[in-house]
Amino acid sequence: MKMPSLSKTLRIRRRSKLFRMSRFEKAVVFLLILLSAFMLLPLVYIFNHAFKPYEELFVYPPTIWARNPSLQNFVELFHIASDSIVPVSRYIFNSLAVALLSVIVVTGVSALCAYPLSKHKFPGHKLVFGAIMLTLLFAPETVAIPRYLVVSQMGIMNTYWGHILPMVAVPVGVFLMKQFVDQIPNELLESARMDGAREFTVFLRIVVPVILPAVATIGIISFQTAWGNIETSSLFMQDEEMKTFPFFISTLTTNMANNVARQGEAAAAALFMFIPNLIIFLVFQSKVIATMAHSGIK
Amino acid sequence: MSESNAPILENRHAAGSAAAVRAEGRMARLFKEIWRYRLSYLFIAPFMICFVSFIMIPVVSAFLLSFMSYNSLEPPRFIGWTNFRYMVSEDLLFLKYALPNTFKFAAIAGPCGYIASFLLAWLISILRSGWRKWFALAMYSPSLMGAVAMTIVWLPLLSGDRIGYLNSILLEWGLISDPILWVTSKEHLMTSMIVVTLWSSMGIGFLAMLAGILNVNPELYEAGKLDGIKSRLEEIWYITIPSMKPQMLFGAVMAIVGTFKAGSIGTELSGMNPTPQYAGHLIMNQIEDYGFIRFELGYASALSVFLLLLMYLSNKFCWGLFGSKEDE
Repeated sequence: MKMPSLSKTLRIRRRSKLFRMSRFEKAVVFLLILLSAFMLLPLVYIFNHAFKPYEELFVYPPTIWARNPSLQNFVELFHIASDSIVPVSRYIFNSLAVALLSVIVVTGVSALCAYPLSKHKFPGHKLVFGAIMLTLLFAPETVAIPRYLVVSQMGIMNTYWGHILPMVAVPVGVFLMKQFVDQIPNELLESARMDGAREFTVFLRIVVPVILPAVATIGIISFQTAWGNIETSSLFMQDEEMKTFPFFISTLTTNMANNVARQGEAAAAALFMFIPNLIIFLVFQSKVIATMAHSGIK
Repeated sequence: MSESNAPILENRHAAGSAAAVRAEGRMARLFKEIWRYRLSYLFIAPFMICFVSFIMIPVVSAFLLSFMSYNSLEPPRFIGWTNFRYMVSEDLLFLKYALPNTFKFAAIAGPCGYIASFLLAWLISILRSGWRKWFALAMYSPSLMGAVAMTIVWLPLLSGDRIGYLNSILLEWGLISDPILWVTSKEHLMTSMIVVTLWSSMGIGFLAMLAGILNVNPELYEAGKLDGIKSRLEEIWYITIPSMKPQMLFGAVMAIVGTFKAGSIGTELSGMNPTPQYAGHLIMNQIEDYGFIRFELGYASALSVFLLLLMYLSNKFCWGLFGSKEDE
């Protein structure tokens, strides 16, 4: 008897809230559009800069939109590079190889580690997880010097391993994946074991499909890190042939402050760095948000 | 326990051997336990090997090296607290520039970026779900740029001559009469660094908080309304923040680590190393300076230990703010 009246009041309240919201919502949309303009303006401008022909870079007052878009900057970017000892295709190949390999290795290794940490109560699991949480609070970049010593002792300088291995241990990755594995009910794992599934089969057939959003997120993060990383190139690689594309760009742009001459090429290079990240993020965006819901530290 | 009549000596002997047997048994049981879980150890082994060799060993050896004098040619020599004493009393570059600059940079860029991420995430969460995606992408896009590309994006905007976009706009509006050296003068470099960092601070922490806000149980808001919460501000304070504390903490940890590890931004923006009159000199720059240019690895390690401690303490502080000890 009470139900209809309750639902009625609820409906009225909701409608009135909706009405009030829509005005508020408009203000929020307006504010957010302004803020996004601030965030996006540099990107819009770099996009145009990359397509500006040489003369337009020096125009005063500077313009945002390219009037006669051309590919001159991209051509020139590859041209300077072919003059140098190492062709630019080599840098790009290195970057792609390092980025793809580290995505595969990081996601695989983190998932393998997250599963027992969450579901097997092996002796010392608390200690291991505690250590990982503790390093979440640190940035490994701060200890670059001992890292350099470790890498040189291991003899992986100037190899692809030198690019990948130091980047494999991502505490955030294991942490996020463990949060996801925590959600899998133990009964599900138990019943699979009863049916005679081995641990590795359980991992592949049950755990991996459930944590797929987290795998995608960590994959994106590690791709971005590896794709934009110059630390390994500048510290662990002495061979010019083993360095990556972002490192090449950073040599291009040193002393670029107050120097317009190479801005077009630099913008083209920046665009080239940005596009893969953007595409990958767009494809997996919903997965990322779903994963981040479980990012809380308790 | 039961044999109260037995001679004391024998009793003690028996107890001793029983303890020994028990200890042995415990060891054996531990080993058996470890053996039983051998597969688990195999699973975590690849990660742990990398974790230990590239994170644990470097952190531990940084602690050890900070008490030594080491130039990478001669073997390290133990010198006690000398490095730290030098740091707090004689290293003028550190005391006059690196330390205050880092504090200033971290104290402004860290909290502001963090609060901005929260507010933006909250504003976005109000919208309809179709819109959210695009605004979230717009806010996150600077993080997709990556560090190298970021400076390329900002340099022409902040360029010191009249061709720089900011200067040209300000000149046109008549706000300034001469172009301002945004990145190459000591007065403005720090401001530019902070603005650029804020611009790119909507990173993984922002996404976490957005997801956290979207996951707050809507029934809580209804209940809150019945309990007399009137304004949206009260709603944020009494419902949203308490129910997404874990994500707030995650965001805070990411923000702290991100701001303290910043180092290259000053040199990249100004295009000079060291930055003009050390205006953008941060602790990370000081570490690189001593580590890779002067090869005083011991002292550089002492600096990184100091930085690690700073990170740890700030994180502990945030833990106190957002950590879930007892639910209120």
